Amino acid sequence: MCTMIVQKVDLEGFGKGAGGWFDMNQANVSWDHPFHAPEEHALNIDFVNEAYGPGARVAVELSVEGARQLVETIQSVLGEAEEKGLI
Amino acid sequence: MYTTDQYEGMLAETVAVRGANGDRVLAYCARPLGAGPFPGMVLIHHMPGWDEWYREATRKFAHHGYVAISPNLYERHGHGTPEDVAAAVRADGGVPDAQAVADLEAAMRYLRALPYVNGKIGVFGTCSGGRQAVLVASRTAGFDAVVDCWGGGVVMPADQLTPQRPVAPIDYTANLECPVLGLFGAEDHSPTTEEVALHEEALKKHGKEYEFHMYEGAGHGFFYYHRPNYRQAQAVDGWQKIWSFLGRNLAS
Repeated sequence: MCTMIVQKVDLEGFGKGAGGWFDMNQANVSWDHPFHAPEEHALNIDFVNEAYGPGARVAVELSVEGARQLVETIQSVLGEAEEKGLI
Repeated sequence: MYTTDQYEGMLAETVAVRGANGDRVLAYCARPLGAGPFPGMVLIHHMPGWDEWYREATRKFAHHGYVAISPNLYERHGHGTPEDVAAAVRADGGVPDAQAVADLEAAMRYLRALPYVNGKIGVFGTCSGGRQAVLVASRTAGFDAVVDCWGGGVVMPADQLTPQRPVAPIDYTANLECPVLGLFGAEDHSPTTEEVALHEEALKKHGKEYEFHMYEGAGHGFFYYHRPNYRQAQAVDGWQKIWSFLGRNLAS
C-alpha cells in the first residue's frame, strides 16, 4: 500500500494454502513491499478467497523478470494447448 | 542512562480500545513496572502489518521508560497471521485515513487515562505508519511529539488522492502543533529525497519545530534487522536520535 499499485482480478481455480486446498476466486496483483523477497518492492500475487478469511491465500513474490517470463509462459502454454485442440 | 544495577520490570500484554465507529481494536501495550509517571507513546505499525517487529518495538519503548501502545490498524480485515492480514489490506490499497486517525486517537486517549502516564504522549511510525504518525498528529490535538520514520505518501500528487486517502498529510502541516523528528534513507523510493525536501519546506514555511535526518547509504526500512535493507550504523544512530528527541519533548 505504500505504492498503491494494486489490481484485483476475478478468476476460478484452486490453490493450496497453509490449510490445504481451497477454491480461490480472486487474484490480487500488486507492485509493493513483499513480505519475504529480499527487495524493497516485488510483483506480488495473492490468490485468495476472501470469504474464507485472510488465511485463504497462496502467495508469490516475483522479480520483474520472473513475472514477465511467467506471463509469456502462461500465454505460450495456453496457445500450444489451443493449437492441439485441447482447449 | 541504563545501568546494570537498576531494577527493571515490564508488563506487556494485549489490550483493546474502541476505535473508529466504536469498533473494538486490539492493541499491544508494554509499560515499565512502577508508579511512574512515564511518558506515553503510540506506535503505528508498518505496511507488513501488526507483526513481531512491532511487538518488539513496543517493548523496546517500555524498556526505555515509555508506556507504549501499538494498535492493530488492520483489525477490520479479520485475523490470521500478520502477513495474511496485511496482504488483504495491501489488496485494498491500505486502510482509510479517517479510520486510522480515529483508531490512533483512541490509543492516545487510552494512554492519557492511565494513572501512571505523565500527560505527554508521542507517536512513532515507520513506513505507512510514519505517514499516519504525521497525519494523526496534524489532525488530532493531544500529541506532544512525532517520530516519522521513512513515511511515504506524506507528499501526494493530486492523481494519487483517493476516497480512502483524500488529503495529503503535508496539506495539514499548518495544524501540526508538536515537534517532528524525521528519519529517512537517501536511497528510499518512497519517500524520495525530493518529497522529504518538500515536507521540510512546508514545516519551515509554517514555522513548525522539526528535525530531519537523511541517512546516506540507507534505503527504506533501515531499522528492520530481518530485512536486507537493514543498515546497522544508520539504525543505531537513528535510535539514538529518537531517544534524544523524545527525552527532550516528553519528559515530565
